Amino acid sequence: MSGTASETGGRGTRSAAIARLRGGLGSTAGVYLVLLGVIAVAAVVVAAAGRNLFTPGNLTVLMTSIAVLGFVAIGQTLVILVGSLDLSVAYLVSLSSVLAAGTMAGASGGTVPGIVTALVATVVIGALTGCLVAYLRLSGFIASLGVGLLVAGYLASYYRGTTGKASPELAAFGSASVGPLPVPTLLMLVCLVLAVILVGRTRMGMHLLAVGGDAHVARMSGVRAGTPVVVAHALSGLCAGIAGVVIVARLGVGSPTVGEQGGYDLLSIAAVVLGGASLAGGRGSLWGTLGGILIFAVVDSAMGILQVNPFLKEVVRGVVIIAAVALYARRAAPLVRRRFTDAAGPAPAEASAAAAARPTASVTEGAER
Amino acid sequence: MTGTVAEPAVTRYDPSRPPLARRLAAGLATPGGIVWVLLVALLVAVVAYNPQLAAPDQFLRLIARMAPVAIVAVGQYFVLVSGEFDLSMGAVIGVQVVLAGTLIGDDPSRILPVVLLMVAVAVVVGLVNGLVTTLLRVPGFITTLGTMLILSGLTFYATGGSAGQNPAEEFRVLGRSGLQLPIIGYLPWAVVVLVVVVVIASWLVRRPFGRLLLLSGDNPRVAHLAGSSVWWLQTRAYLLSALAATVAAILLVGYAGVHPSVGSGYEFTAITACVIGGVVLGGGRGWLLSAVAGALVLESLFTLLNFVGVAATWRPTVQGAIILVAMAVTVLTTFRRRRPPVREVPPRSEPGAGEGAPAPASQQPRGT
Repeated sequence: MSGTASETGGRGTRSAAIARLRGGLGSTAGVYLVLLGVIAVAAVVVAAAGRNLFTPGNLTVLMTSIAVLGFVAIGQTLVILVGSLDLSVAYLVSLSSVLAAGTMAGASGGTVPGIVTALVATVVIGALTGCLVAYLRLSGFIASLGVGLLVAGYLASYYRGTTGKASPELAAFGSASVGPLPVPTLLMLVCLVLAVILVGRTRMGMHLLAVGGDAHVARMSGVRAGTPVVVAHALSGLCAGIAGVVIVARLGVGSPTVGEQGGYDLLSIAAVVLGGASLAGGRGSLWGTLGGILIFAVVDSAMGILQVNPFLKEVVRGVVIIAAVALYARRAAPLVRRRFTDAAGPAPAEASAAAAARPTASVTEGAER
Repeated sequence: MTGTVAEPAVTRYDPSRPPLARRLAAGLATPGGIVWVLLVALLVAVVAYNPQLAAPDQFLRLIARMAPVAIVAVGQYFVLVSGEFDLSMGAVIGVQVVLAGTLIGDDPSRILPVVLLMVAVAVVVGLVNGLVTTLLRVPGFITTLGTMLILSGLTFYATGGSAGQNPAEEFRVLGRSGLQLPIIGYLPWAVVVLVVVVVIASWLVRRPFGRLLLLSGDNPRVAHLAGSSVWWLQTRAYLLSALAATVAAILLVGYAGVHPSVGSGYEFTAITACVIGGVVLGGGRGWLLSAVAGALVLESLFTLLNFVGVAATWRPTVQGAIILVAMAVTVLTTFRRRRPPVREVPPRSEPGAGEGAPAPASQQPRGT
C-alpha cells in the first residue's frame, strides 16, 4: 500500500492538480453550465408553447427582475464567505423601504436624506449583527434571526400597509434604462464588481476568506478575526438597504412586508449556495452567485411567459434549488475530503486518487456524511 | 424538581459522584438547566397575572395550547442535534392540515385511512429530506428549504390559498376536547399527546439510536469510524421531524381549523425553542426535555405579554430579544466553563518538573 503510494506519487499530484483545476473551474463554470442547461430547457419549453424566451421585452423583464435579489445576494455572499449567515435581510429590505419612502415623502429634496436614513439604519443594524457574531460568538443563524425578528416586530407595530412616496428623481431612477439594461440592474452589476474587487484584491477580502475558511487558523496567523465578520454583516445590511431603496424606486411607496413577501432571506441564501458557495464559509464566488440568481430569473421568466400559477412557481423553484445544488454537491465533496485527509496525514496520492475516481468515491463515501 | 427528569437515572452507588443537590445545581447552571428556572418563573408570573389559571383544568388548557409548538420542537431537536436544520416542518404541517380537511370531510369512517395517508406523506417527506441531505450531500438547510417551497407551493395551489372545510368532529377531538377526570377535572387530549410524544422521544434519545445521533452531530467522522451509518441516522432524524410535524398538524386541525398557512413559521419557532433550551446549532449537544421547556418558555412568554397588554405585533421582537439574550447567556456561561481546561493542560502534563523534556518527546510520536 505504502509502496504504491510513493510510486503513484507523481501521477497523484498531477491528477490532484487537474482535480483542483477542475474544481476551481467547477465552482463557477459548473454554475454557468447549469445556467446554460436551464436556459436551453426554458427556451425549448417556451418555444413548445409557441412563444419566444428571447424577445427584447422578455429579456428586459428578466434583467429588471434580478436587481433586488441581486443586491441582497451580493451581501449574503460576503456573509456566507466569512462563515456566517444573514437571515435578517428580508426585514432589512422592508425597513429600508419604509424609512426611505417615509423620509422623502414624495418631495424632490427628500431623495438624499431618505436614502441616507435608510442605508445608515441598515448598515448599523448589519454591523450590530456582525458584532454579536464576532464578539459574542453567537452563530450567524441565531444572531441574524434574532435581530431580524426585532426589526420585524418594529415594522409590524409602527407601520400599517404601504407608507410614504418615492421622490420624482428616485422614481425616474427606477424606470430608467441604458440600452437593454435597467439602471438598477446596472448599479447591481457595478456593486457586484466592487464586491469581487473587495474579496479578490484587498486585504479585507483576504481576511474575509481566511476567517471563513478557518477562524482559528486566521487568528493564529495574525488576522483580527472579528473585523471581517462585522464588515461582511455591515455590507450585507448595506446591500439589503440598497435593495429596499430600489423597491421604493420601482413601486413608488415603501412597504413593511415587501421583504418577507419576496422571501429574500431564504432565496438569497439559496442563490448563493446555487452559485457554488459552501455554507461552512471560505469557499464561493460572487460570479457564481450571479449565475445562481440568473438561474432563478430564467426559470421565473419562463414560467411568467407561460403564465404558470404563482404557487406552482414556488414548487418549481424548490425542485430547481435541490436539483442544482445536488449536482455541485457531488462534484465538490471530494475536494472537501482531501483538505481533511491532508491534515490528518494519509498520503495525498490516495486522496487524489479518490478524487479522480469521483463517481464511485462519492457513492461509497456517502455513508460518511 | 424538573431538573431531575433531565438527569440520567443512575441507581448504582458511586462514591466519586457528587451529591444529588450539587449535581442539580450544576445542571441548572447550564443553558439546558436555566430554561427550567425561566419556565417556572414565567408560569408563576402568568398565574399571578391571571389567578384563574391556578385551577388545574385551566392550567392544563394553557399547556394544551402550547402542545403543538412543543411537539414540533421535539421533532426539530432530533434534526438539530444531528447537525442539520429542518425548515420544511411548517410546510409539512400545512400539507397535513389541508389533507385532513379535504379528504376526511364529514365522513368519520375515512379518519383511519387518511391518518395512514398522512403518516405515509410524512415518511416520504422525511426520507426525501434525509436521503437528499445525506446521500446527495445537499446541505440540509437547502434541501429542506427546497421541500418547504415545494410543499407549501403545492398546498397553496391545491387550496387556492383559502381556508378549507373542517373535517369531522371525531377527528378534531384530539385538538379540541379532553377527558373529564375526578381530581384535576379536565385533561385535554393535547396534553396527553404531548406527554406521549415526549416519553417516546426521550426513550429514543436514550436508545443507541439517540446516542449515536448526538455523536454523529458532534463528529460525523468518529461516528462513521465507530461503525454507525451516519446517513441512516440522519435520515431517521428527518423522518422523526416529519412525523412530529404530522402529530402537531393533527392537534392544530382541532385547535385552529383548516388553512394552508396554519403551520407557517413553526420551523423557526421550533428552532428558537430548541436554542433557548440549550441545543447547540451544528449538532452534538442538547437535552430533549430542555428543548420542550424552551418551547413552553416561548409560548408562556407570549401568553404573559398578552395578559400584560402588549400588542401582538411585538411578538417577533420579543422572540428575537429572547433568542439573543438566551444565546448570549449560553455563550458566556459555556465559554467561561470551557476555557479553563484548555489552560490547565500544560501544568498537568508536567507532574515531575525534572522530566519536562522527555515527556513531550514521548508524547510526540503518539500525536503524529
